[in-house]
Amino acid sequence: MIKSIRDGTRRRKLGVYSGLLMYVVFALFPIYHMFLTSIKKDNALYNLTLNPLLVSLGALTAEHYKLLFSDTMFSTWLINSLIVSLASTAISILISILAAYALTRLNFRGVEAFGIVIFITYLVPYSLLFLPLTRVVAWLNLADTLWSLIVTYPTFLVPFSTWLLMGYMKTIPMEIEKSAMIDGCNRLQILLRIIVPVAIPGIVCATLFSFSLAWNDLLYSLVFISPTEKKTLTVGILTELIRGDIYFWGSLMGGALVGALPVVLFYVFFMDYYVSGMTAGAIK
Amino acid sequence: MFQRIRANWYHRDTSGYLFVLPALLVIVCLVAYPFCMAIYLSLTDSLVGAAGSFIGVENYIDLLHNETFRQTIKNSLIYTFFAVVLKIVLGIGLALLLNQTIRYRKLFRGAILLPWIIPNTLSTLGWLWMFDPLFSVFNWVLKHAGLIQTNVSWLSNPYWAMFSIIMVNVWRGLPFFAITMLAGLVSIPRELYKAAYTDGAGPVRCFLYITLPLLKPLILIVVLFSTIFTISDFNIVYILTRGGPFNMTHLLSTLSFQVGLSGGRLGQGAAISLFMFPVLCLVVYFQLKTIRGGSGVD
Repeated sequence: MIKSIRDGTRRRKLGVYSGLLMYVVFALFPIYHMFLTSIKKDNALYNLTLNPLLVSLGALTAEHYKLLFSDTMFSTWLINSLIVSLASTAISILISILAAYALTRLNFRGVEAFGIVIFITYLVPYSLLFLPLTRVVAWLNLADTLWSLIVTYPTFLVPFSTWLLMGYMKTIPMEIEKSAMIDGCNRLQILLRIIVPVAIPGIVCATLFSFSLAWNDLLYSLVFISPTEKKTLTVGILTELIRGDIYFWGSLMGGALVGALPVVLFYVFFMDYYVSGMTAGAIK
Repeated sequence: MFQRIRANWYHRDTSGYLFVLPALLVIVCLVAYPFCMAIYLSLTDSLVGAAGSFIGVENYIDLLHNETFRQTIKNSLIYTFFAVVLKIVLGIGLALLLNQTIRYRKLFRGAILLPWIIPNTLSTLGWLWMFDPLFSVFNWVLKHAGLIQTNVSWLSNPYWAMFSIIMVNVWRGLPFFAITMLAGLVSIPRELYKAAYTDGAGPVRCFLYITLPLLKPLILIVVLFSTIFTISDFNIVYILTRGGPFNMTHLLSTLSFQVGLSGGRLGQGAAISLFMFPVLCLVVYFQLKTIRGGSGVD
């Protein structure tokens, strides 16, 4: 009896772990294969008789990464992406903190309607508006500048992070605010001295997500920017390392991995924030 | 006393509007205004860089008679349906596994989340390489496992191309579903399962009569979210197929990009992208209904 139960749990455990393992292989294989491609010499890469899942020591090379930094403007694109993502994230988070605070804790006419407007704009697909936005960018005389992206990214960052922050701020008890009010603080002081310090986890979370969203943009930078030296990382890799029918696969994979690195590093350090933010965005 | 309350109310009012003003400006200038302009453009024959004249709903009528556009609508529905269904089914499966008592849970969770963390503009390039007509690693593995004799043309055969873009979308979106479903699973009280177990219910019946009904509101919300973001997808299709072969993988966003920008017909491009709007309305309607219904997923 006891033996059969033990066999049952063992079999169950085996099932759970092998199921998880299959998922992990599915999730990680593309990343492994990209890495392998980026460190393999071209003659091994394009040799159909060799096993593509492995690399022999003799076929290791750093030439693909060298090509990225010497023959392309990869480092410029990296810096462009950093500037654009950091600036648009900073602006959006600032705007969102103010809005989320007012929408969750202040009492004024239209507050509920505005909350719904935020939610609706959050759901507006960002590929819906790129055509008219080209006109807006042209009028503002921002075409082919990094500013075109810093100005347009908030269209999807502000609604998203406001919605996320509203979820966090709702959970902060009203009492701490009242005591500050009695001490004679005004609303802005309360926000900066009381609410912001308590809402730091939510703000970190919104910042991480906004940065990733901005970093991942392809459409807007494809549409608004054409000079090579102004391109962001995603567009730069896609348009300059694929020339007609010629694919620089090793460098493409290397560039994609280096490009993903900042986001992955953030993730490694702040994993719990990511997880809480993912569920908050959908549930709250 | 009365005076003070009124003063307080007045104070609250003005500061509230001030706090909201920057966000309102962004929404009005960069979302609402472009949206109205999209509608206006879609009623004109505007070209890129040139103002057009008003032509009424001609763009829409043209589109409904256009073979490529009809195919795009079909593609969008197929892509969205299969991707969302696969993500929700596999996501619940994965969440059930993660909800077991397992060692290294954090490590597993960390690994499974990676496809969602890595910007998909970059990871899709990896998939493009894995679907290469000549050097596809999948073909190599399938051949050496004896499952196929000739190469599968992942991106140049219409059916395989649709299969491929759905697979990449699922790969990328699955972690999100799994983690949200896991959050839902964790919140189900253990006592329910214990009671059902003593009443003689097996794991399958527990899942059907306890887990699924309690997850339902959460599933609904996540599916609605995913529907709007999947149907408006741009990155995966643009990188992998550009809508080909024979327009069999075009989605609304890639077609409107091709017509509106590459083709220069701004008005018609705007009309194409506006076909996302009805989907948006439906999703917003049902989301607000679920949230307001107080469905217990707070």
